Amino acid sequence: MTATTADERAPRPARIAARAFGRPAGRVVAIGIGGVVALGTALVLGVALGTVAIAPGDTLAILAHRLFGLDVGATWAPQTETIVWDLRLPRVLTAMTVGAGLAVAGTAFQGLLRNPLADPYVLGTASGAALGAAIAVVIPIRATILGFGLIHAFAFAGALAAVFTVYRLSRIGGLSPLTSLLLTGYAVGSLLAAGLAMAMYLSGAALRQIFAYLLGGFDTAGWAQLGAALPLVALGSGLILLRARSLDGLLLGEEAAVHLGIDVRRERAIMLALASLVTAAAVAVSGLIGFVGLVVPHLVRLAVGPGARRVLPLAAIGGAALLAFADLAARLLGEIPVGVVTAVIGAPFFLSLLRRTRTGYEL
Amino acid sequence: MIELDGVTVAYHGRPVLRDIDLTIRAGERVALIGPNGAGKSTLLRAITGLVRPATGEVRLDGTPIERLPRSMIARRLAVVPQQAALPFATRVEEVVALGRLPHEDPIRGARPADRAATAAAIERVGLGHLLGRDARELSLGERQLVLLALAVAQAAPVLLLDEPTVHLDLRHQVGAMELLVDLNDRDGTAIVAVLHDLALASLFFPRLVLIDRGRLIADGSPAEVLTDERIRDVFGVDPSIVRRAAPLVPTAIETPLA
Repeated sequence: MTATTADERAPRPARIAARAFGRPAGRVVAIGIGGVVALGTALVLGVALGTVAIAPGDTLAILAHRLFGLDVGATWAPQTETIVWDLRLPRVLTAMTVGAGLAVAGTAFQGLLRNPLADPYVLGTASGAALGAAIAVVIPIRATILGFGLIHAFAFAGALAAVFTVYRLSRIGGLSPLTSLLLTGYAVGSLLAAGLAMAMYLSGAALRQIFAYLLGGFDTAGWAQLGAALPLVALGSGLILLRARSLDGLLLGEEAAVHLGIDVRRERAIMLALASLVTAAAVAVSGLIGFVGLVVPHLVRLAVGPGARRVLPLAAIGGAALLAFADLAARLLGEIPVGVVTAVIGAPFFLSLLRRTRTGYEL
Repeated sequence: MIELDGVTVAYHGRPVLRDIDLTIRAGERVALIGPNGAGKSTLLRAITGLVRPATGEVRLDGTPIERLPRSMIARRLAVVPQQAALPFATRVEEVVALGRLPHEDPIRGARPADRAATAAAIERVGLGHLLGRDARELSLGERQLVLLALAVAQAAPVLLLDEPTVHLDLRHQVGAMELLVDLNDRDGTAIVAVLHDLALASLFFPRLVLIDRGRLIADGSPAEVLTDERIRDVFGVDPSIVRRAAPLVPTAIETPLA
């Protein structure tokens, strides 16, 4: 990166060791700390700001009181506590959970499919979830499971069913597994989109409800949704992190990964399942939010290189902070769809970074 | 160490290797030679267990290779891929460090010993001047050396290479060959390389294995294997051309190396 790389003398091993992995570990730690600070800021601001503004001091005091039983003198009204504890806090935490999940799933899909354009929805999760949600809206049954709406349950099931179908169908035929997987994802996605269009056409007055789901958002988020999504996202992301090594091995291609000791077929099946589970849990509570899962992994890779052991945790933190801030912006702008915000803030930022960074595909 | 016993490999019903018997012992240096499409790369893929023989068996240290987990094979066989595509910007040292994956702790990742092995491999292949560069922006020859360094970092008792010199200039061709000889002499690493250049093969490899149309035609020293009749029959060229070209090569070897 700097002029010192033009070293004329033969570098000694010690010097190389200091420079191998030229991105110093300190940078990773610094980015991690910055991310955690951003997360904390997003949490406090996300709870404090809204149609009713709550002083950050009160916000922190209420959180301290409810979380740790600390009594710092109750100077706030009971309805303030309701707004903080029952409405805004679960909403912010849900946005963080979904953002972290989408970023981790995006990292995993990009690495597994060896495709920088892959996002968490590449295998049909989005269209599956959307169709599931639309069906839940259209059918004349209303039910709540543990405070969890039918629409979320159907979206979750639809997302998983779509990925399972894509994976099974992609194993037929003579194409390379990756090409086959991507093309099958595209074909199944198109078919599901047709089903979604049909459901929307038939939905009549419920159209707006389907549309709201498609645009994504956290205005209905509560403790129940968080309680359903968080364990799945945390468990799936943790297991993906434990298998970071297979993502690293796949950097040089499937054959090279085999030579580096990775059982590619098995690892790919496990990782696709985990990433799809995380994606399904995220879209079930939030609807379809684009951009986070595509872009956050790339931003992190630009900063710390492609090593999955570093990228995954930082992407989780970055995705959580980004989506929490985006949801706050969406709320302050009068409940506009959060996907609009992520795209409007994120796309120009990402484009400017891309212009400054050399891009290419071939080694 | 590596034993092939009556190995036949077929792609879509068309046999590519027929009834190959071959033994490679620890610390040997073997070049696989033969015309295009003879089956040399397939033979390498059979040795590494990437293709499964239709009949016959490949054994690694006495165990059929398909019974060994890939992680264990990776600690015994290092393979230099012909070329590889990287989906993301990756620094040279990060590519070389991938060679340590088979040795890394699956949870904690690279340890100091792994970093030292990566640094040593970078120095040994002479890539110090490329540190920090995105491997995707290097020339074909430089990338080939990066992949060679990755396999050196893997530090397995057997190193397998498929055409390791195709994109290299003369100096680096000879440099790569001398590195292979050095790995063989000093570390006792067995070397198995697919080579097209008969001059390089006979200069640097005491044992040549000649493959033609999927069959093992000859196995022995360069003088035994590269007879005039075989050069004419297998490669389809007048042997005098090869004989006249060969004396040029030793001059090239005297070129000082990096």
